[in-house]
This record gives sequence, structure tokens and C-alpha cells, in this order.
Amino acid sequence: MEHTQRRPAGVARASSGLMDGLQRWLPKLVVAPTFLLVGIGIYGYMLWTGVLSFTNSSFLPSYEFVGLEQYAKLMESERWLVASWNLAIFGGLFIGICLLIGVVLAIFLDQRIRQEGAIRTIYLYPMALSMIVTGTVWRWILNPSLGLEKLMHDWGWTSFSFDWLVDSDFAIYTIVMAAVWQASGFVMALFLAGLRGVDSSIMRAARVDGASLPMIYWKIILPSLRPVFFSSVMVLAHIAIKSFDLVMAMTSGGPGYSTDLPAVFMYAHTFTRGQMGLGSASAMLMLGAILALLVPYLYSELREKRHD
Amino acid sequence: MTDVVRTGFRPSRIAIYGVLLLACLVYLIPLIIMLITSFKTPMDIRTGNLLALPTDWTVMGWTKAWSTACTGVQCEGVKGYFWNSFKMTVPAVLISTLLGAFNGYVLSKWKFKGSDLMFGMLLFGCFVPFQVVLLPMAATLGKLGLANTTTGLVLVHVIYGVAFTTLFFRNYYVAIPDALVKAARLDGAGFFTIFFRILLPLSTPIFMVSLIWQFTQIWNDFLFGVVFASGDSQPITVALNNLVNTSTGVKEYNVDMAAAMIAALPTLVVYIVAGKYFIRGLTAGSVKG
Repeated sequence: MEHTQRRPAGVARASSGLMDGLQRWLPKLVVAPTFLLVGIGIYGYMLWTGVLSFTNSSFLPSYEFVGLEQYAKLMESERWLVASWNLAIFGGLFIGICLLIGVVLAIFLDQRIRQEGAIRTIYLYPMALSMIVTGTVWRWILNPSLGLEKLMHDWGWTSFSFDWLVDSDFAIYTIVMAAVWQASGFVMALFLAGLRGVDSSIMRAARVDGASLPMIYWKIILPSLRPVFFSSVMVLAHIAIKSFDLVMAMTSGGPGYSTDLPAVFMYAHTFTRGQMGLGSASAMLMLGAILALLVPYLYSELREKRHD
Repeated sequence: MTDVVRTGFRPSRIAIYGVLLLACLVYLIPLIIMLITSFKTPMDIRTGNLLALPTDWTVMGWTKAWSTACTGVQCEGVKGYFWNSFKMTVPAVLISTLLGAFNGYVLSKWKFKGSDLMFGMLLFGCFVPFQVVLLPMAATLGKLGLANTTTGLVLVHVIYGVAFTTLFFRNYYVAIPDALVKAARLDGAGFFTIFFRILLPLSTPIFMVSLIWQFTQIWNDFLFGVVFASGDSQPITVALNNLVNTSTGVKEYNVDMAAAMIAALPTLVVYIVAGKYFIRGLTAGSVKG
């Protein structure tokens, strides 16, 4: 490096006392602001919310402790049960369908496809959009009178009817559709990267042995992509648990509260209904759900590293 | 592994292309619908269907969305909120990326006792659902006098973005040989000299990843915007949601779609221009947090 000039030894030594001290502290000084911001902003606030969840805070935070009362109230709340059940339906379908579409598209794209780059760009662009934009568009497409239904009528299928968006039993599935549209291309990208890392000699050897292409994928290649599978599930589950924007843009939780998710419940109770204690308790349960996913995941990641 | 698959015969090739092209259509159609609806007249929307082209193209929807549509009680379009989003996104992206670069440098090349613990805390911080910090943050911003200000939103986005940017840079710098840094230290180069002279010139790709990732995340954010901002300081995503949910008068879907396009354009442009880095950020962000 021509720029790290060698100074005469004497000069360096003269200033070394002060400089050494500074040099030793400098790295810590540089990360200190982040340490402070994250320490307070994430860990401190997490604790604070935890404390609030044991109080009877309503419109303003209060510090009158009521033990586990808010959690008990949550468990009895019909609306919270609907929100949790919706998360199970939404999360399960969203993750399952995204994986299926992502894997199939990745395998198909890995067959020496012309214009692969362009196709990949098309599959992935929804990830660059805000969920509010996605929600706005899908809400228009699924509009019960002027949307998809009218299109089908115009095309001659006059008995076609599709009003899931305003049907409290089915509205949650419209959210699944929009979410899958947005995130499935991303799963495709993860799996395509994984496929590109598979040793091609495995493929050749299996072909020589007379195995069919679908068989090779199913028995050999997909099992070897287990880590990609796990990290995809991790990311998708994370998106599902935090999902808020999409519901707000498509249904605002309605009809009634039939499309509430825990994140919507938390927002509504904390910021518009003046039940901060209950809202905090619901936030803590969301954190618990993430931890339940994260801890086994990190554990298996670390164990795998030790095996390597 | 692509080289061995060319043996597939015709019908299966056609089927593969068929599926891939069909999928392209499925991904593109919502964008196409958004575009053609935004150029229609309200009359056209009522008589035509989703995929019918406008009978007479008009930018009425766009001009109304930009300057006169109602977003709640105010009827000044989304233009103000669009600029709010820029005023919030640009500083937040720059600050969080710079902080991330220095943090990543320290956590990879100047490890100290406890630096691994700090890294673990940051890693975990990427997974925490923001719902657990909303209420205390709202209280703090209120105390600091930053509630409902763009400055407040910048602060929030820096705090919750810096964990990601630090991870990006830390994982990038870990791959740069320590010997390079050690040699420079023996030569008397200090902390900042090493960073600016040795690491920074190698960092263009990771800066791109971090800048683009942060830009997309912050521009598209809705949760922080809706909780910490109100009225004049709201970002575009909140304004769009208000516009679409404003139930006064006849629903104008052309205006809704034009507003959605306006909100989507900056991130779409970034994606088209620098998609490579966006994808790299996505995959890096998913594997490490």
C-alpha cells in the first residue's frame, strides 16, 4: 500500500503513547452510538413493553400492576382468537404455496432457459413494491362488482361470481393471494441460487444410472437444498407474523374483524382503542411466536456449523 | 448444473416454457391492470373491464392523484407526502448505511471483548417484531418533541435499520483478509486510515446493496409511518392508504391506481436500474437475518 507511509521510527514512538490509547478506544467509540441506540431502542423497549403488558394501561401508560390479567383477557378475547387463527391459516397457506411455486419455478428456470435474466426480473419485481401498493392493486382486481367478476362476465362466463374480498369467511384467502403474488418470486430466487450451487456431477452420475429427471430432483437435489428450505420458511414466517400493511390496505381487518392478524390487533388496541395493556400483551405474544421459531432455527444453524 | 439438462426433448421443453411464460403473465398482470386503469376515465372503468384498454387515454387520474385527491380531510393529492417520503428516506438511508459500514468494520477487523456479543444482539434485533417497540418509541418521540416529524421518522428508521446494515458490512468485511489490515497497522496506519484507504475502495458492491436495501425498506414502510407520523409529516404509503380508504364521494379507481403507481415508481426504478444489488441484499438479508 503506497499510502501507508513509513514514518521515521522516532516520530512514531514519540506520539505512540497518546495514539495507542486513542487507537484502543476508537473502535469502541465508533460502535458506541449503535450499541446505545439498539440497546435502548430494541432491548430496552422490549422490556418496557413487557412491563406495560402486566399493567392496566389504557389510553396512557400506567404502572398499576395487574399481573397476568391482560394475558387472560387476551385468551378470552374472541377477536384475538380470530386473529391467531387467521395467522395460522394465512401463515400456513402463504408459506406452503410460496414454497411450492418458488421451487417449481426455480427448477424450471434452471433448464437452460433463454432470457432467464428477464424472466427472473419479472418474477421478482413485486418484492420491490410496498405492501400498500400491492394491497391497493389486489383490492381493485378482486373488487366484487367491477373487478375479476366483470372481466369474466365480459368474456362470456356470466355465472362467474367472486366476492371473497367482502365475505367474512373467505376474505383472509384474498390476502393470501396477494401475499403469495408478492413473495413467491423471492423464494424462487433463493432456490435458484441453491440449485446453482449443486454439484453438476451428481446430476450426471444419476443420469448415467438411468434415473429420470423428476426423480433426480425429488430424491437427490431437493433434499440437498434443506438449508435453503429452512431459511425460506424462516423468512416467510417472519413476514407472515409481522404482516400488517397488506391487511390494512386490502380489508383494514374487515369485514368486521374477520381478517385481523395479531399485528392488526396490536395496532388497533394500542393506538386506536386505548387498551395499551392488552396491546402490549399481544405484542409480547408475537415476540414469543418469533422466538419459538428463531431459537430452534439458530440452534440447528449453529449445530450444523459445528459439524462442518 | 445446467449443462446436463439439454437432453430434454421437445414436448417437455415446450411445457417448461409454457409454465414459465404463464407465470410471467401472472406476475405482470397486476402491474398492467394498475397502469391501464390509471389512464382510464371513471366512465370507462364502469363500462369496460380490468384488461380492456382505455377507450380514450387520459392523465386525469394522475393529475388528480398528484395534486387534488383527498387523503382524509385534506384534498391536496399525494405530492406533499411523496416529498415527505424523500425527505425521510434519503437521510435515513445515508446515516444507517454509514453507521453500518463503520460498525461492520469494527466488528470484523477490530474485535474487542464483547464485540461478538454485540454482533449477536444485532443479529437477534433483525428478527424482533416491531410491535414490541412501537409504544415505548411513540412515548420517547413524544418526550423528545419529535412526534409527528420527519426527523423522528428518520431517527426510527436509523435505529431499526442499522442492525441490517451492520450485518451486511460485517459479513462483507469478514471475507477480506485480516493480513491486509495487520500489515497496514504494522506500517503505522490508524483506524480511520485503514478504513478509508484499504477497505472503502473495496466496498462499492456492499454499499450498493445496503443503500438499495435500505431505500426499498424505508420507502415502503407503512407501520412506522402510520404510528409515528400524522397529518403533514406522513410518508407516501400512509397517504396512499388514506386516499384509497377515503369514502367520500364516488370511488375513482383511476385515481387510486395512479396514486399507487406514484408510490411504487421510485422503488421500481431502483429495482430496474440496480436489480442485481437488490437481489443480493434480499438473499443476504434472508440468510443472515
